[in-house]
Amino acid sequence: MALLAIEDLTVSFGAAGASALAVDRLNFSIEPGEIVGLVGESGSGKSVTALAVLGLVDFPGRVHCRRLEFAGRDLLALGQEERRALLGGELAMIFQDPLASLDPCYTVEYQLGEALRLHGSEAERKRPKARRARALELLRQVEIADAPARLRAYPHQLSGGMAQRVMIAMALAGAPQLLIADEPTTALDVTVQAQVLDLLVRVAEERAMALVLITHDLAVVAQTAHRVVVMYAGQAMEGGPVPAIFAQPRHPYTQALLAALPEHNRGRARLQALPGLVPSARDRPDACLLAPRCPYVRGRCVDEPPPYAGSPERPARCHFPLDSTGRPGRDWLAAAPVAGTAP
Amino acid sequence: MADVNAVDAPPPGPARELWRAYSMSRGALLGLAVVVALVALALAADVVAPHPPNAQYREFTLARPAWADGGSARFLLGTDPVGRDVLSRLIYGSRLSLAIGFISVAISLAAGVALGLVAGFVRGLTETVIMRAMDVMLALPSLLLAIAVVAILGPGLVNAMYAIAIVLLPHYVRLTRAAVIAEARREYVTSSRIAGAGPLRLMFAVILPNCLAPLIVQATLGFSNAVLDAAALGFLGFGAQPPTPEWGSMLASALEFIQRAPWVVTFPGLAILITVIGFNLMGDGLRDALDPRLKS
Repeated sequence: MALLAIEDLTVSFGAAGASALAVDRLNFSIEPGEIVGLVGESGSGKSVTALAVLGLVDFPGRVHCRRLEFAGRDLLALGQEERRALLGGELAMIFQDPLASLDPCYTVEYQLGEALRLHGSEAERKRPKARRARALELLRQVEIADAPARLRAYPHQLSGGMAQRVMIAMALAGAPQLLIADEPTTALDVTVQAQVLDLLVRVAEERAMALVLITHDLAVVAQTAHRVVVMYAGQAMEGGPVPAIFAQPRHPYTQALLAALPEHNRGRARLQALPGLVPSARDRPDACLLAPRCPYVRGRCVDEPPPYAGSPERPARCHFPLDSTGRPGRDWLAAAPVAGTAP
Repeated sequence: MADVNAVDAPPPGPARELWRAYSMSRGALLGLAVVVALVALALAADVVAPHPPNAQYREFTLARPAWADGGSARFLLGTDPVGRDVLSRLIYGSRLSLAIGFISVAISLAAGVALGLVAGFVRGLTETVIMRAMDVMLALPSLLLAIAVVAILGPGLVNAMYAIAIVLLPHYVRLTRAAVIAEARREYVTSSRIAGAGPLRLMFAVILPNCLAPLIVQATLGFSNAVLDAAALGFLGFGAQPPTPEWGSMLASALEFIQRAPWVVTFPGLAILITVIGFNLMGDGLRDALDPRLKS
């Protein structure tokens, strides 16, 4: 059974009449112990998805979901108290800017201890000594050097990498089954990025903890994730196992993303880029969202929205999915061009 | 590892850091010295004051200060129209001024922080109601509002404190609300929510400690405001009643002798001035020391 199951998650902001869609009928599920990358450019709804799963989308945001289950429990029906017990315990999250995510007024020991007091074991909830021992152990697990000294430190005395390690330690305090990492390495410099990613993967594997990696960096996904979901303007465009998607994307957007990677552009003066802009959240075409930018656009693409279909292993939201040659299939050749343009 | 640099000595604590920044300004140190001296005088009034505050020496009414012609060392700053030693009354008066400042600031700080926290955290209709009420209070001149409150409660020292607390209240509410709104957006607040913190814990344990710096400064500055307002109320007869040695009422009771015996009016006025300047200097120094933007 899936650890986290999301069916038709929709998040919108603003008044009912003039609302802006941030997430549009998103479906995905995560198995226990699985590492899933959630990839997309800025504003594609990755972070909002995470906040919606945690129930932290505030007014004026509205969340609709047909099914939202975590470990067999219905997150939509959860009461305030039950949700608070779940958050930080079985379901944890870390953020992009670790230094801003730590309370500047308290020491690392206090903040770790607080997490343990809420979500630790019986002994840790009752005895400060047990909490201190566990806090030290957690800091060692996240490979912080000189852990006893770090316990006494305030957040402004930590480097970005150390602060992210502390955040990870705090998330691990509740022994989560699922950790959502929202751009965990974006604010860190490159050498530290690799260390933090290695740490996340190692911790996830050791504890059989599922990990959602939200990122705009395909390289991060390639290194770490088992499976990936590509998001564009609030919709899932394509999903599937990492090696398969990187070897043979089925959606033109994924193909364009991969083509834009610097590694695929050696020897070129300019990186390949997809022309045009992401449709704004208020003014979305009632068809394929990529149609205005897609190199393979056909009449059907601007007329009807494509379903998120295909094999359950590798769904893609496209009328004419790409085949192993990297081109759309035979039916694309037969399809009518966009009205008013040359074929 | 790349992100580890060995720091073995513990970094300077926040208190020492604050003192280092504070002691860089001479004015702030002067203010602190004045405040410490005032507190010491108030605590040791029984020992330091040469006479009891209300003892009348009928044969020495309006005696001149010690350094003037005909002055005596018995009454260093002279006596008032009913023969009481001005210096002793000023020393005992410092107790009242400090108490007024402390109590009225404490009342308005507690109420103001609570209202401001709720307004900034809950937002919506609650915020509108609280903030518009504060705007109404700010629209009235502060002394007029204080007089109105005293008129309702009746004159007296304790009621004057309540009146001053009410007058100071909107400043704390506005300041707290603004700081809370700014802090509530920060990521550490979200990450506390994700860790399962409830609304009360978020308000008091997460957001409030991060808003304290401007509140401390405002409280120090409010202290001098309270002393000044109390003196004004006393001068108008709405505050401390005779024969209480309150600085404002000392001024008022000797007003008609300003030509013949200027010292009776001058010294209470100077006492108020020095106290207010002392607290203002201390407040400014604290602001400079606590505001990270002004730090080098």
